[in-house]
Amino acid sequence: MAAHSAALSFSKIINPLWGRHLGNTVKVFGTTLTSNRNKTFNCPPPAKYGGRHTVTLIPGDGIGPELLNHVREVFRFSCVPVDFEVVNVNSALEAEDDINNAITAICRNGVALKGNIETNHTMPPSVKSRNNLLRTSLDLYANVMHCQSLPGVQTRHKNIDIMIIRENTEGEYSSLEHESVSGVVESLKIITRNNSLRIAEYAFQLAREKGRRRVTAVHKANIMKLADGLFLQCCREVASGFPDITFDSMIVDNTTMQLVSKPHQFDVMVMPNLYGNVVSNVCAGLVGGPGLVPGANYGRDYAVFETATRNTGKSVAGKNIANPTAMLLASCMMLDHLKLYDYASLIRNAVLTTMNETRLHTADLGGQGTTSEVVQSIMRIIQSKGQLTAEF
Amino acid sequence: MVAGSVLRSLVSQVMGGALRRPALSSFSRGMQTVTLIPGDGIGPEISAAVVKIFEAAKAPIRWEERNVTAIKGPGGRWMIPPDAKESMDRSKIGLKGPLKTPIAAGHPSMNLLLRKTFDLYANVRPCVSIEGYKTPYTDVDLVTIRENTEGEYSGIEHVIVDGVVQSIKLITENASRRIAEYAFEYARNNQRSSVTAVHKANIMRMSDGLFLRKCREVAEDYKDIKFTEIYLDTVCLNMVQDPTQFDILVMPNLYGDILSDLCAGLIGGLGVTPSGNIGANGVAIFESVHGTAPDIAGMDLANPTALLLSAVMMLRHMGLHEHASKIQTACFDTIKEKKVLTKDLGGSSKCSEFTAEICRRVQDLD
Repeated sequence: MAAHSAALSFSKIINPLWGRHLGNTVKVFGTTLTSNRNKTFNCPPPAKYGGRHTVTLIPGDGIGPELLNHVREVFRFSCVPVDFEVVNVNSALEAEDDINNAITAICRNGVALKGNIETNHTMPPSVKSRNNLLRTSLDLYANVMHCQSLPGVQTRHKNIDIMIIRENTEGEYSSLEHESVSGVVESLKIITRNNSLRIAEYAFQLAREKGRRRVTAVHKANIMKLADGLFLQCCREVASGFPDITFDSMIVDNTTMQLVSKPHQFDVMVMPNLYGNVVSNVCAGLVGGPGLVPGANYGRDYAVFETATRNTGKSVAGKNIANPTAMLLASCMMLDHLKLYDYASLIRNAVLTTMNETRLHTADLGGQGTTSEVVQSIMRIIQSKGQLTAEF
Repeated sequence: MVAGSVLRSLVSQVMGGALRRPALSSFSRGMQTVTLIPGDGIGPEISAAVVKIFEAAKAPIRWEERNVTAIKGPGGRWMIPPDAKESMDRSKIGLKGPLKTPIAAGHPSMNLLLRKTFDLYANVRPCVSIEGYKTPYTDVDLVTIRENTEGEYSGIEHVIVDGVVQSIKLITENASRRIAEYAFEYARNNQRSSVTAVHKANIMRMSDGLFLRKCREVAEDYKDIKFTEIYLDTVCLNMVQDPTQFDILVMPNLYGDILSDLCAGLIGGLGVTPSGNIGANGVAIFESVHGTAPDIAGMDLANPTALLLSAVMMLRHMGLHEHASKIQTACFDTIKEKKVLTKDLGGSSKCSEFTAEICRRVQDLD
């Protein structure tokens, strides 16, 4: 047990330091150091001290800070045994010290809750997206989003229930670009067999765990024959090991067309990075908008939770009109990951009950409610359940 | 430096002029020649339907039918038949039905071949909600303009080592400027108020950054049109919630592919969506983007709406707005009435009945 945890912590130290400089090789090296691969996915870190977990909190920009404050408020009120270590990342700076500190903190704690960090694209191209840096450094290879229609929210399509698993580290987001000749820019999209197998394996495992019947791979292999062709081939290989789950594939443009006309045909979807971006945003829009859907980024050793559509929400920041649902549901996903299931269900039920009240809908759902009203209602519902709570 | 920009604006003015006026060479006694490519599967029957409707509307179009099945040219390279090319070069306007892409015929897709032959750099898809064909989205009225020659579809892929594949996305200054200029010209010619560039420059800093910069530069010359920029994911998110907030969207190849199909899905699918491809040298080919539907070919069940609306787009491009409006109104009224509809629109009529109904309405509108 001691040797195992020593190996685990050793790899935690090695991976982030080397991960960004050695690329693929460190992933191979790291695997040999850590324990067997048959362990269940997403094993939470051990509780640090006295049964309380420490979680890294990255406020980010825009609505991130205020929503995360509300999360802390609700946690404190419900006496959740989680302490937050706040790490601020200043997106205006060119140096990468802030984000490196954040990554180190997440390595230490194993779990994080974050707001979106803005990427100012008027800065020189060498200043990469901080969110992307975080995901690739920690090798958070699976982005999981569960889009479910909420009963209290009016949408054009009802009863949608789609899980989207998106490859989170490579594909079009490799940030490998160069100007070969003046006026001609090349951007590389990288697809590797290892990562495609890994994400397909994750998708099928998750589908099996949740009792889902079908996995659809989204691709554009008719045009990008080698790259998406490889992805599709890997998915097929993994599918053959799961005969209880149906596997099919669909081209991305047809997928978006089907999503807006017949979304109920989809069950679980797996896809490379960029298509994941498009499809997850379309699905989030179908169930009611960016304020409702939580997202999670899982790696082998770390997990980072955030809103699914990763918006900074600059236009609604500081006005007390942002919808806290997505961030609160993300924090519930985090509590589930930490195996604090009771607290997770308590808060989740309170959030969903509040969402059913049209009177409390925030501006993004077409209502007039404020963020604080929503949070107050959630805390009131939690209190009414009779559990131990702090003062209001 | 200054001379270069003067020359560029001169060129764009000339190009803009060429886009507005129909090619003079095929102007004879008011009749304009259009190269008609019926295509495969249901192609011939829907093309015949369109020809009939145009006749009923008395549109001054003379059709030249051509086949574009690829043949092997002298150098061993695949090319379209020379008579087809010659006809297009002369008439400058084409209307194309769906083309079959054979799997193992050895030659690239026909659409790709046409695109390369005529340098069709802009794919334009106006998406307007059709009254009478109910979808969950009403009041959609936007246009997607997609760069069609480079970007993610350059087809440049390599296997670096076994198990690692790289695909190259190419963005060039010239292509970006050209598509941005077309977008703004289109906005001006069709009285649209805003152009929005769709990008992912937060992740693809240099490539989409270059595209965005060119769009901004061109926007400077069109101060009467509002220019905004938006992330691809934000567009997707907002489009499915409220499509009425968008007007003209201009974007590189892949985003354009996805978004144009997304917008087609909003109004009812590829069976009712028109599409036009604009090339250099004033060439323009309008097409229906649905498949060849081999299962219903020859059975008089096909829906000619997509090809018809593309033909209407073509009329507008040629400046024949009166005929365009007449035919479009007739088509929309027929669909709104719901009495004579083909199977895919929810009715049980035949293609010929649908066509006859539209012809009747067109003649009544006279």
